[in-house]
Amino acid sequence: MLKDITLGQYFPGNTVAHKLDPRTKILLVVLYIVALFCAKSLLTYGLMALCLAVCVRISRVGVKQLVRGLKPVLVIIIFTGILNLFFTPGDRYIFEWGFLHVSDTGLRSAVFMVLRIMLLIMGTFLMTYTTSPISLTDGLERLLNGLKKLHVPVHELAMMMSIALRFIPTLIEETDKIMSAQKARGADFESGNLIQKAKALIPILVPLFISAFRRADELATAMECRCYHGGEGRTKLHVLKYQRRDYIALTAGVLVVTAVLVLRHFGL
Amino acid sequence: MEPILQIKNLTHTYGVGTPFQRSAVEDMTFDVYQGEFLGIIGHTGSGKSTLIQHLNGLLKPTSGQVLLSGKDIWAEPKKIRDVRFRVGLVFQYPEYQLFEETVYKDIAFGPINMGKTGEELDRCIRESARLVGIRDDQLEKSPFELSGGQKRRVALAGVLAMEPEVLILDEPTAGLDPAGRENLMANIRDFHRNRHTTVILVSHSMDEIAQNVDRILVLKSAHVLMSGTPAEVFARADELMTAGLDVPQVTRIAMALKARGLDINPAVYTVDALEQELLALRKGGAAC
Ligand SMILES: Nc1ncnc2c1ncn2[C@@H]1O[C@H](COP(=O)(O)OP(=O)(O)O)[C@@H](O)[C@H]1O
Ligand SMILES: [Mg+2]
Repeated sequence: MLKDITLGQYFPGNTVAHKLDPRTKILLVVLYIVALFCAKSLLTYGLMALCLAVCVRISRVGVKQLVRGLKPVLVIIIFTGILNLFFTPGDRYIFEWGFLHVSDTGLRSAVFMVLRIMLLIMGTFLMTYTTSPISLTDGLERLLNGLKKLHVPVHELAMMMSIALRFIPTLIEETDKIMSAQKARGADFESGNLIQKAKALIPILVPLFISAFRRADELATAMECRCYHGGEGRTKLHVLKYQRRDYIALTAGVLVVTAVLVLRHFGL
Repeated sequence: MEPILQIKNLTHTYGVGTPFQRSAVEDMTFDVYQGEFLGIIGHTGSGKSTLIQHLNGLLKPTSGQVLLSGKDIWAEPKKIRDVRFRVGLVFQYPEYQLFEETVYKDIAFGPINMGKTGEELDRCIRESARLVGIRDDQLEKSPFELSGGQKRRVALAGVLAMEPEVLILDEPTAGLDPAGRENLMANIRDFHRNRHTTVILVSHSMDEIAQNVDRILVLKSAHVLMSGTPAEVFARADELMTAGLDVPQVTRIAMALKARGLDINPAVYTVDALEQELLALRKGGAAC
């Protein structure tokens, strides 16, 4: 059903990975991505995979959940793999058949490319699995705070993002409900040609849009009633503060990136 | 009496294989008889809505069976739409599913899906509109111009127009004012009486259930706690209260009177019955 979509879903928990400051986690993911793109050898890729494995272990997120996150991008991963495999020129061909040929560099870059995408996605998913959407946007807002000087509406963007994140599950649930209600009246979403299928969506989309606008209206009224007037002078209920564990985690992250850069310098 | 619906060891688990896995319905077994008015009551989250969505095949059982006139509704998954026409389900807050330009067209959605046309279609639309108290001049209005209570009537008519053999209503009076509530329940009672259709009413208001149904099914945390006629169920009022459920106001008064030493039957659940009890007591010469 619609509910099964994991849109960077959050799995509540009580591990160190959950307790880290959201800013730390965002920075760590950025560091991880930088390190991934600097990695060039089996050794450094191994190191990156090891880092992820340690983080997964700490966060107690199931490997099954993490792998499931890869499903939506499976096509892209396979496509990238195939492109790299067959279309990278090299000096030694391992395999040739008709116009298809696989060079040693092709094989190497295909494996690394696929590994890189998979690690990148799993790393990012690990962050969204262990951080609630609200604290994630909170962290992002604080990190981007400096951009306010350049007149970037950071607070407004963060507010929009948290409202959107807040309402995604609500709207999915609502769609589910409306679909069930119309099915109970004999609506048929599965059979028929493309035009009939598109027409069958009207009984879902009309109520959905009406309810989305109604919710937006109610939310705006509720916010105004509580004197919301943008980010200026607004204080936070949960003030983000770096703890000891955040410094440790960030130091570890920087060390890993440095290690990868040093190894890269020596051609490893 | 013939059972029209038989529920056998029905279990439904949401989110199998995720950290959010939980059973909303567990091993429920009961029958619904032809022509009866059955009430299903239970706390919010006790699994009422999940249960009734199995009766017309909107949800598929994790295990167990639902039989309609003795036949498993999932025997031929391709024909599940026929089951939905025979078992009409009105969701909670059904007014949010209206989508057509006019009330008439919205009520017509179900019957058209059934393949009704021409005079037959017109007849069932007008009849069901009349049943729920929608005037003829309102049929050509946009459903979005109507008041909340009227919208709900239109949505109810949309299901009635399919002329189902079993009508299931999920908290039909939620969010209405007392007058609107009584009005809607009167419509439903009339419908049941005139058409001899089987009606299943889901509610969390004991008073509403007590005043309308022939038989009650009490749910508690995904299980059937008890079932029986209102008199039988309210005779076990203590059990209901320890289970955290309400009893009708009248029953509560009778229980309080009994606790103060009056010799009356505490399982009464209508004002009339309580009056009878008290009058009988007076005639009996007891102090009152
Ligand atoms: N679509 C769903 N996905 C996951 N859990 C659900 C879903 N619908 C209901 N539940 C859960 O199942 C339980 C029973 O819910 P429901 O059948 O709606 O109860 P009721 O109608 O008696 O209030 C609740 O704990 C609810 O959280
Ligand atoms: Mg419910």
